[in-house]
Amino acid sequence: MIRDTTIGAKLWAAAIWTIVGFFVLNLLAMIATVITSSFATRWLGTWLPVGWTTRWYSSAWSEFQLWDVLMVTFQVVGAVVLISGALGVTAAYALARRDFAGKRLLVLLFLLPLLIPSITFGIPLATVLYRTGLAGTFWGVVAANLVPTVPFVILVMIPFIEQIDPKIEAAARVFGANTFKLFIHVLLPLLLPGILAALLLVLVRTIAMFELTFLVAGPTSQTLVVALYYAVFAAGVRAVQSIDAMAVVYMATTLVWLIIALRFVNPTQIVTRAKQQPAH
Amino acid sequence: MDALAPATAIEHGPSLRQRLAARGFDAVTLLVIPAAIFSLLLFVYPFAFGFILSFEPKAGGWLANYQRFFSDSYLYDTIANTLWLSVPTTLVNLLLAVPIAFRVRLMRHQRLLTTILVLPITLGTVLVAEGLLNYLGPQGWFNRTLMTFGLISQPLKLVHNYWGVFASLVITGFPFTFLLTLSYVTGIDPALEQAGATLGANAWQRFRHIYLPLLMPGFAITFCLSFVQAFSVFPSAVLLGEPAGITRVISIAAYQAAFEEYDYSMASAVAMIMGFVQLAIVVAVLAARGLFYRGPASGAKG
Repeated sequence: MIRDTTIGAKLWAAAIWTIVGFFVLNLLAMIATVITSSFATRWLGTWLPVGWTTRWYSSAWSEFQLWDVLMVTFQVVGAVVLISGALGVTAAYALARRDFAGKRLLVLLFLLPLLIPSITFGIPLATVLYRTGLAGTFWGVVAANLVPTVPFVILVMIPFIEQIDPKIEAAARVFGANTFKLFIHVLLPLLLPGILAALLLVLVRTIAMFELTFLVAGPTSQTLVVALYYAVFAAGVRAVQSIDAMAVVYMATTLVWLIIALRFVNPTQIVTRAKQQPAH
Repeated sequence: MDALAPATAIEHGPSLRQRLAARGFDAVTLLVIPAAIFSLLLFVYPFAFGFILSFEPKAGGWLANYQRFFSDSYLYDTIANTLWLSVPTTLVNLLLAVPIAFRVRLMRHQRLLTTILVLPITLGTVLVAEGLLNYLGPQGWFNRTLMTFGLISQPLKLVHNYWGVFASLVITGFPFTFLLTLSYVTGIDPALEQAGATLGANAWQRFRHIYLPLLMPGFAITFCLSFVQAFSVFPSAVLLGEPAGITRVISIAAYQAAFEEYDYSMASAVAMIMGFVQLAIVVAVLAARGLFYRGPASGAKG
């Protein structure tokens, strides 16, 4: 490793750490503002609130029907995780193991929904879903959320499957395993870490997926993040603290899963997909 | 009969199944079909449908939607508004991310920092908008701190205008850009830099003549991905910005056409224009990438 010891290099390093510190400080202060406000009795024009209370949580819980919203959120997320896992892993297996005409085209097809932002394809998708009457329903929301998550699982799983030696599968075949046994006893145990990582990332992304859910959700199929948007949008109707309490509930829901996910994946994987594999 | 069967097989050559298998089509390949059908139904079909629908306006000729978009300043200004937000924030994020990534790559405990930076990405734009509304507001901690230090006498107006959206795009966009840049920077073999240092190159020369040419393709991709995210800004432009004025971005125009005017044809046209502008910029950046070195740079580290 090269260490520069000139004054210029030290100043430069100090300047960079100052920027990082400034960014992290502001980020944490922003989150702390929301949490502080949610416990405040009255907070106007002072550093800290006048008094502390937890009543905003009970009022947010009933005002925003958080129980129903949370149930819908978990059902949507659960369905999205299971379906994208089933569709994504099978397709990734075929793409990792076989070379066939049109494979590049197919990979491009799976890459596009991740490169095109959700608002751009969300509007035509919502139009089609409204015409078929699926929009506003539970399965409409699930279908819309699957559009980016299925390709995401495929692209995370392809390199993971490629690194498993095909000879292991061939050996299982030689000893008479049929496809089902091969999958249950050989592939699944080997792929489990990869599948778990991919599905946890899908889970965290789906909880925070605003645009697609917003475009197709109806009153009974809103997830937490969309309900939060509507609450902030109609600010003034309800107390700020009540909205902040809801935001804290949303943060807690996301962060619990993020902490679980971070036990299995590298934080950079949330952004860079399949760049770093746990192989080395 | 038994003796004849192999003879016919030879006459006809390998069976259809064998010939397909030789080209890579067998039972395993079929596993890709469910996901492909799904993608065709929910991605390709809606996109094609929207494209055709955009040429079937409620009134007027087949180009009426596009004519309306490019003749109404309230609509075509959204392109400039969106670019005016997304290009500066993407550049700021990238210019900040590069030196920081070069510093962080030398750190031993990167995980704490990367975990903190992943927070705004996973919390999402809605929560960041809600938090910044309080934090950057006239009574928020940010303005209070600046006033305590005597840097300003009046609270700065940082929400419900351009700067609110700018701040939210930096808070959610910077971590994304940074983590992507970091993964490119750490992928380059440090031996190349050490060789440069041995030959007497100083830090700037090593960056300028060794890293920059190797990283340029990676930076181009980082720019594109970050830009596309910033270009489709929606919740923060509504909640933190001035959705009827300077931060009326193109997603707001598309949303209003679809869900306030119920003109899905117009909304599809706006979505297509949005996709086209993004594509044009991404293609331009990626074409410029072709001018730089492309080849192995990762060494044995992998």
